[in-house]
Amino acid sequence: MMKTNGRVFKYGSNVDTDVIIPARYLSTFDPGELAKHCMEDLDSTFSSQVKSGDIIVGEKNFGCGSSREHAPLAIKASGISCVIASSFARIFYRNAINIGLPILECPEAVEKIENGDVIEINFKKGIIHNMTKTEFYEAQPFPEFIQKIMESDGLIKYIAKGLAQQKSGGE
Amino acid sequence: MGMTMTQKILAAHAGLDTVEVGQLIQVDLDLVLGNDITTPVAMEEFYKIGVNQVFDKKKIAIVPDHFTPNKDIKTAENCKLIREFVDEMEIENYFEIGQMGIEHALIPEKGLVVPGDVGIGADSHTCTYGALGAFSTGIGSTDMAAGMAMGKCWFKVPGALKFILKGKPQEWVSGKDIILHIIGTIGVDGALYKSMEFVGEGIKHLTMDDRFTMANMAIEAGGKNGIFPVDELTLEYVRVHSKRPYTVYRADEDAVYEETYEIDLSRLLPTVAFPHIPDNIRTIDEVGDVKIDQVVIGSCTNGRIQDLRMAAKVMEGKQVAKGVRVIVFPATQKIYLDAMKEGLLETFIKAGAVVSTPTCGPCLGGHMGVLAKGERAIATTNRNFVGRMGHPESEVYLASPAVAAASAITGKITNPKDIV
Repeated sequence: MMKTNGRVFKYGSNVDTDVIIPARYLSTFDPGELAKHCMEDLDSTFSSQVKSGDIIVGEKNFGCGSSREHAPLAIKASGISCVIASSFARIFYRNAINIGLPILECPEAVEKIENGDVIEINFKKGIIHNMTKTEFYEAQPFPEFIQKIMESDGLIKYIAKGLAQQKSGGE
Repeated sequence: MGMTMTQKILAAHAGLDTVEVGQLIQVDLDLVLGNDITTPVAMEEFYKIGVNQVFDKKKIAIVPDHFTPNKDIKTAENCKLIREFVDEMEIENYFEIGQMGIEHALIPEKGLVVPGDVGIGADSHTCTYGALGAFSTGIGSTDMAAGMAMGKCWFKVPGALKFILKGKPQEWVSGKDIILHIIGTIGVDGALYKSMEFVGEGIKHLTMDDRFTMANMAIEAGGKNGIFPVDELTLEYVRVHSKRPYTVYRADEDAVYEETYEIDLSRLLPTVAFPHIPDNIRTIDEVGDVKIDQVVIGSCTNGRIQDLRMAAKVMEGKQVAKGVRVIVFPATQKIYLDAMKEGLLETFIKAGAVVSTPTCGPCLGGHMGVLAKGERAIATTNRNFVGRMGHPESEVYLASPAVAAASAITGKITNPKDIV
């Protein structure tokens, strides 16, 4: 995915995995079911309002808490095309990359974007365009290795591709 | 340039002489861990890789501890899927109900992690094993799947924070109070992406159980791992619990730390984290009048034998306050049995508490201790996020077993020294 645009759902600092997907729903790992309860304890209107392509913006330490991959899975299945934050908790960061949920660290964007703004993201260039305010913000690009995982749509496809190449005598 | 303890362990497992902060490396794994919430997701991903066996049947551990004994049909079916996977892959370290314990208490007890190891676990509190001088950290299900298939995991080499512990803690101050103090000092993202290395002469006053508690909550400061130097006490623990060979790594004299904090343990007081985040701390003399409905003593943070001894010492010969529910969870079957032999369980039951089989149930609001709207709990667990233990409008206060036990007797958050 090169570009996306959508409306912003903005939240504060330390959005934890317990509010992204509460433990009472962890008996399932069906993405569609998880999406129904995504952000429920923080914003009970989220799942009924979110549309495909929309974007979540959080402040510091987004995704802190549990290692549950159900959290980025629920966000991705909700149709969210990217999460922007000024910093991410490290397990959430890994999990998002591993499942191919685009995330960007950009303190400037977090400071200036308001709830409801419509923004467009160019992932290749790391440019966030705030269409509501006609502003541009530059995000941290991923290291090359992480870019490769994202381009493969997650870690598993990246590894599977590598193994297939080994078997066929490739690189 | 010198390396920290963590950097040395990572370098050795990446086959490198040295590593630098920020470097992306691939390391060999000594342990890959999963539980009943994270393993089913990992199994699905594992099959997509296209391998038909795990990298090493001895180096994978699966512990169904979160929703077990199973709380409903869905969780029973998830556990059944795990059992089938374990059989198919011939995974040796699977712990069924009856031999089971809360994973981060069970894994060291079973000797599955030793000094110098690199372990990953699809549970954020996998950082617990840093108490043994191992690098261990939480990851998600996809990393678990890749780890099970390849025996490797990628890491960005972390920078480090150094915590120099000095002096001897006062009575009723334990590992939980020290780590809550540290989290309160640096904040819930104070160690984000970094190692927390605990050093200093004060460590000699900390039991292994104190160290497990502290390393366990490194994640609550955002840490990649928490780690203690290996001393005679560590080696004694390892000798008793494991036959595996180990390697002791020490930080270089000239290792670089991004920040250094000195903590005089003798000045710390029992400490409580108020809702809804673990860095919202107050010392016991600042708590005020906080009435509670439920007390939970247990979890991977504080369900070990020393924790139960501490709680029993406070509750011995006393009665739980009217209207307060007290639930005690020994963290493993062995701890349960030891607590029984020592008479601790009798103390709890006579005081009016219930004692349960090991489970993570109440810690994450899964089962066996879920809070209703408006209720307040004091718990020896590790997190007090919104809705963590049940209703989004309930409250969780985090404290040591001594404070939790004292609060059980009075019905409000209480300093143990006031009632013993």
